[in-house]
Order: sequence, then structure tokens, then C-alpha cells
Amino acid sequence: MEGQSAGRERVFWSIALLIVFVSALFPVFWIASLSLKDPATVGDGRLLPSKWSFENYSGIFDQDIFTAALRNSLGIALIATLIAVVLAAMAAYAIARLDFPGKRLILVAALAIAMFPPISIVGPLYELWRSVGLYDTWAGLIIPYMTFTLPLAIYTLSAFFREIPWELEQAAQVDGATPFQAFRKIIVPLAAPGVFTTAILVFIFAWNDFVFAISLTSTERAQTVPAAISAFPGASQFSQPTGSIAAAAVVVTIPIIIMVLIFQRRIVAGLTAGAVKG
Amino acid sequence: MAEIQLKEVTKRYPDGFEAVKKFDLDVGDGEFMILVGPSGCGKSTALRMIAGLEDITEGELMIGGETVNDLAPKDRDIAMVFQNYALYPHMTVRENMGFALKLAKTDKAEIDRKVEEAAKILDLEQHLDRKPANLSGGQRQRVAMGRAIVRDPKAFLMDEPLSNLDAKLRVQMRASVARLQQQLGTTTVYVTHDQTEAMTLGDRVAVMRAGLLQQVATPKVLYDDPTNLFVAGFIGSPAMNFLPAQVEGDRIKLPFGDARLDGELRSKLQSVGDRDVIAGMRPEHFEDAAVAGEDHRDSLHFRTKIDVVESMGSELYAYFDVESQNVDSAELAELAQYAGLEDVPGGGGGEVSHVIARLDAASRATPGQEAELVLDTAKLKLFDLESGANLAHRG
Repeated sequence: MEGQSAGRERVFWSIALLIVFVSALFPVFWIASLSLKDPATVGDGRLLPSKWSFENYSGIFDQDIFTAALRNSLGIALIATLIAVVLAAMAAYAIARLDFPGKRLILVAALAIAMFPPISIVGPLYELWRSVGLYDTWAGLIIPYMTFTLPLAIYTLSAFFREIPWELEQAAQVDGATPFQAFRKIIVPLAAPGVFTTAILVFIFAWNDFVFAISLTSTERAQTVPAAISAFPGASQFSQPTGSIAAAAVVVTIPIIIMVLIFQRRIVAGLTAGAVKG
Repeated sequence: MAEIQLKEVTKRYPDGFEAVKKFDLDVGDGEFMILVGPSGCGKSTALRMIAGLEDITEGELMIGGETVNDLAPKDRDIAMVFQNYALYPHMTVRENMGFALKLAKTDKAEIDRKVEEAAKILDLEQHLDRKPANLSGGQRQRVAMGRAIVRDPKAFLMDEPLSNLDAKLRVQMRASVARLQQQLGTTTVYVTHDQTEAMTLGDRVAVMRAGLLQQVATPKVLYDDPTNLFVAGFIGSPAMNFLPAQVEGDRIKLPFGDARLDGELRSKLQSVGDRDVIAGMRPEHFEDAAVAGEDHRDSLHFRTKIDVVESMGSELYAYFDVESQNVDSAELAELAQYAGLEDVPGGGGGEVSHVIARLDAASRATPGQEAELVLDTAKLKLFDLESGANLAHRG
């Protein structure tokens, strides 16, 4: 009797998993398939390409738009991540370690700012940036990115820092270390994994941003990949550059997929850090 | 190795709270000194002040004859063992133990030699290249001690190092800590809340309460001649029983009978006059009359109904009730709180007091039946009702 219901359960779960798996991966598969189709057959609606070709890929690298966009995306996301993590590390250390007036206020304010819908501020920001001269620049994107990268980094890092037992610093001091030596030799190695994980999370968010990118950039000077893809020119004024978009999407997504696969344990740890004591 | 002297050391926090009040203590060179007391009595704070992890508000701290109030922990040449070991998780056992020496720029060969030596003493040789996460609680505790030993410091400071171990391991480690200290001969200050550890490990024990030192003496003196109610009730397990009593002339009136005061007790009390007192009697001062025989001269015989009998095999603990008025005292309330008894009816005062007697294993005491017990009144301790001071303290 037990065997039967266990077997039935396994069948049920297998089917459920299959459904989730297929529905999650189907769009990815479809885009990959689109990107490999010969441009003429792009609209044929078939699951697998009837004619395989890498023309879409070579096409997007022909123009400067995509390579410039890749360069912009990489640079902006990296810089935003770096600034966010450095600033957040200092804030998180203080938040996890000390009790100072205004601590709760800082945390609540950070959360409130992160939750504010970006779409509602891009309009005024566009005007402001144009008058200040930050429109279509790297800085013009990096600064708004701080609104969501910084709070995310602060929260993740303080969760990690809270896990470090502070007695280690005292033990190090009794062992003969100056406070700076204690920080450098004990705290930093212990905090490094947390910092690394936070950096990965923040990078992914910065890389994927669309709203700010499309509103605050226009040329290859600062346009990031999500925005650039949406502006791909088609073969003619009336045709959609579906194949190029698909190819670009694949090129942009694959590094992220690889990174997530390699670091998935760290990413989950980062998202759930501090959830359970010890 | 060095002496440690605390002279009127006080710790006052910005909000005015005094965790340690005018604490005076002299720890001799090579002595094993225990600081014991209930939670919040200031013993850990005192230890951390010796280590330099807390600032000293007032008073003087001297290590090895030098005033060290303003020295950083790293300059005091002391080693500390923390309650939860504080081992560096990203380093192996070898690196953990060698960390201090590395900071002191000792050369590698010397570090290896010292680490191997300490590992041998502590039986850690096969664990040297493992990380703390892969060790058991007892092994981690030994690594924490090893980290302290390699430095060959002037003094060891230990903050409840055994309290995270399970009961059996704790008993084993107690013996090895004692052996270790004897072997190395280093001055040690050891903090614990467990009076059994205090009694078994220390050369001398300092009992603290609410930031004040109550008494510092050898375990035997603390047991035989406590200076006040708190020390008497804190030391000894099961704890001393306290009952209200009256002194009249040369007799003492206890709730279950009268007895003649004799010898030392009487001469000490003569100056004090007739008054109400709190009488303290340890469980081991009782005996079953049937078993006791006739060799108890100063003894009080009485009959009582036994409530509960706990048979330990080697002895019996008999619980019985005595009708008495409330014995009201701040010390007793704190002792009850420390023992977790304040919510137990009769545990912390009331119309009926529970008394515990330790009887010989041959006793036939049975729960629900009356038994005749004998109390050795020469061993009674009498305490002042208000101050809690031991009226017959030998000093």
C-alpha cells in the first residue's frame, strides 16, 4: 500500500517538475532557436530551425551598436557594483556591529528608496539629467543605479556581517593584534565570501536594468545592452529585427547563466543569509 | 607568571550602572583563582577588565607589579579562553594556535616547536591540520586552551570555558584543566557560575554578588565558615537549608525543636544577646536517627513526615516540610532565583519551608511516613536577620 502511494507521489512530482521545467525553459529555448534560424526563415513559426545559420550572430557584431552596448553594460554594471559594495560594506559593518542613533532610520530609508518604482522617477530624472549634462553618460546611469544597488548591498552585507562572531576580534586582540591587524587577518577573510556574493547579486541587478537605461541613454556613448537591443534597426523600416534581437539576447544571457550556475550556492546563501541563526 | 592585584577596581557604565564595585583581589603567582557568582554579579566584567577588553573606571590593576590600566590587551601578556572558544574558523588548528606567535614575529621553526609541544600536552596532535568546524566540542575547547598555552603568558584568563560542554565531558575536562594548571604553574583567573567547578578547581575562590566581593577564601573555608547568608547558600550542593530561629540564652529554638548551644557558637553569641536569627543547616548535617547511633553529642532529635526520597545509591536525599514563618531576605530571594526556585511554592519563602536532608544509604526513610532525624547543632550557622552576616564567623 505504501509503495503504491509513494510511487504515485513520485509520478505526480515528476509531472509537476516537468511542467515547471518546460514552462521556464521554453522561452529561452525559443529565443536560442530563433537566433540560430536563417534570417529569411525567422517568421516561420517552427520550433527548430529549418535552416541553421550564424548570420544573426555575425550581424549584431558587425554594427558598433551591440559591441558598444556590451562595453557600456559591463563598465556601468561593474562600476555601480564596486561603489555600492564598498559603501555598503562600511555601512553594513557599522549596522551589524554598533548601536547608534538613527540606525533604524537608515535601514528603513534604504528600503523605502529601493522600493520606490523607478518608472515614476525617470521622467523628472530625464529632465534633470538633460539640464545638468548627465544625459547619455555612464555617470548618468550609475547614480540612479545606486538607488537599488546600495540598499540591496547594505541588507545582504549586514546579514553576512551579523554572522561573524565578534569575539574573534577580541580573541585576536588578546593574542597580540592591533585593531587593524585583527580586522585585516580575521574579519576580512571571514567577510570576503559575503562581499563576493553581494557583488554578484548587485551586478546581476545592475546588468539587467531596463527602465533607467532606456530613459537616460540614447547613443552608443552610454546605452546598455537591454536598451540597445530594443533599438535594433530591422532590415527595413517595417520588418522586425527578430533574429538579431534573439541573437543579442542569447549573447547577453549566456554569461549570466554561466555565472549563476557556477556561483548558485553562494547566491542562494546571499539571499537567505541571516534567515536562521547559526 | 605573575601576581595580579586589583585595588578598588570599579566599572561604571555611562548610565550610572556599576557592574563591579570597589573590587579588591590579590591573586598570587601561580595561583588558581576562581571568580564565582550568579549571572550578572560582575565576574565576567572583572575578568574582561583584567584582560583589557573593558576599561577600568576607577581603581588600579597590577600585573606582575606593573600598573596596566591603560595597556592594550596585546601588551599585557595574558592569554584568554573564551566561553565559546572564539576559534578562527578560516584557519587550521595549527594556524589557530600559532596565530599569536606569528603576530609576535616569532620565527617559523620556533612556532612549530611550541605548537607541537602544546598539541602533545592536549592530545591534539592528529587534529593539527583540521579546521575548527570539523572538530567536536571537547576538541575545540582543547584548541582554545592550546592557543593560550603556546604563548606562555604571565596569566591565563578563562571565561566559563567548560559551560558549553555536556555534563560528562565537563567533569573530564575539569580534571584536565586542573592538571594542566598544576603542570604549567601559570597564574590563572577562572570565571564560572557553577559552584561545583569553583569548589573542585580553585586554590582560592572569590564569591561575587551584584558587583561586590562577598568572600575570598579556600573552598574549605567557604564551606565551613561562610561570611554571610549568600555565600553559605551559594556554596554546597544541595544548598544549605534556611529556617527562622530564636536565640534565647544558651538555647536555640528551631521550628522542629530546641537545642542547647554549645562551645564556640555559644561564646560567639553571648555578646549578641537574645534575638531572632536565620539558622542555616546543610543537608549533610542531618542523619537518620536509626542509623546515626549515639555518637552525636550536640544533636537535636525530631520526628517529621518525609515527602520525597531521592535515592542516589551512595546516599539518600529526604525532603520534608517544616512549618515556619516567612524568612524574608534579599539574599535568600536572589539565591532562590539563582537556583530557579522562585516560582516553586515554598521554595523561596512562604508558610512552609522545604528542607532537604542527606541521609546514609542504609536509612529506611520512606515517602509519606514519619521518620526520626537527627541534626548536628554544632554545625549550625546562624545569620543576622537584617544583614545576613554570619554571627559566628571566625574571620
